[in-house]
Amino acid sequence: MNSDANPIWTLVWTFALMSLFAVGGANSAVPEMHRIAVDVHHWMTDRQFADIFAISQLSPGPNVLIVTLIGYSVAGVAGALTATVAMCGPTAILAYYVSRLLARSSHSPWPAIIQAALVPLSIGLMGASGLILALTSDRSWVAGLITVAAAVLAFATRLNPLWMLVAGGVLGFAGVI
Amino acid sequence: MPPDSSPAAVAAPDIPAPIPPNQPGLLELFVAFAKMSLAGFGGVLVWARRGIVDQHRWMTAEEFNETFALCHFLPGPNIVNLSVVFGSRFRGIAGGFAAFAGLVGPPMVIATALAAVYARYGEIDALRRILAGVACAAVGLLLAVVFKMMMPLIKKRDAVGIVILIAVFIAIGLFRLPLPAVLLVGIPLSLAITYFMRRRVNG
Repeated sequence: MNSDANPIWTLVWTFALMSLFAVGGANSAVPEMHRIAVDVHHWMTDRQFADIFAISQLSPGPNVLIVTLIGYSVAGVAGALTATVAMCGPTAILAYYVSRLLARSSHSPWPAIIQAALVPLSIGLMGASGLILALTSDRSWVAGLITVAAAVLAFATRLNPLWMLVAGGVLGFAGVI
Repeated sequence: MPPDSSPAAVAAPDIPAPIPPNQPGLLELFVAFAKMSLAGFGGVLVWARRGIVDQHRWMTAEEFNETFALCHFLPGPNIVNLSVVFGSRFRGIAGGFAAFAGLVGPPMVIATALAAVYARYGEIDALRRILAGVACAAVGLLLAVVFKMMMPLIKKRDAVGIVILIAVFIAIGLFRLPLPAVLLVGIPLSLAITYFMRRRVNG
């Protein structure tokens, strides 16, 4: 922590703001999380960020849990709780009101237009997440190969993704990476 | 519970017939979302659909798709938005809280425990190696999701969409520009292009 201010408040406004810009879900915001946690606030190193992403994928539950882990590493359990609520709260309230609004006028063309306009943006953001995480995780050609293999398997088969994570862990433990 | 938030009042306007046969209570909402969430490694959506539509029959498949589409175009974690919208549809604001707490609470406890283990033992060599391996595979899974989402754009030969996608990818992934700045330019631009393209097609 490099600032004198209470890090909890930094977590609150960082993630509350981020949640409103996380078009396409938590995984789209990974580059922004990386930028803020590693480059701006120096909360963690590149490698720790990659580890945290791996842990978030290993735990069950929504992808947003990566925020819980960042919060924990900044300010312990209080940080974990604060960051998670800050990331979920604002958009949950927004979703609640918008869904009530749309229930009344469900024949507007705008939801479809907005959705069509946002889909390419969120895919581009998730692609950028993939690139940034690949640059931090894949430090050898074997590591790159594991990423490619997992991507191909997950794309082409209906195998439970947990098996690929386990396989990656076993190969890592065996020291091939 | 406010009586005006009953599901019939919300679902009735366009679909007259099927009133959802089951109406979950608060505890039921919490437990159902906790189960879906704890089953969901690498994404909860599949389990949410299975639980809500197939298992409990709280929504028809169409209702689920509509609700998810709404939550997808809103910012923030989609499945979190879905839990709040879904819960409040049946049981008002308290229902939204119950579903949200079920979805996020239990996995958050697990993730926090894992984070504590990592903070303590993260430097142990064996754990480092395992995590490095898991990280490689996890990136692969994310890339697979990206390609799956890209396929409809490629099949439709949606050139505009693909150009916007690549532009965002370069701005965020290569130039590492801040997200708010990129979206403040990208969202209005993409909306305007989509709107005028549709008008040209229709007109």
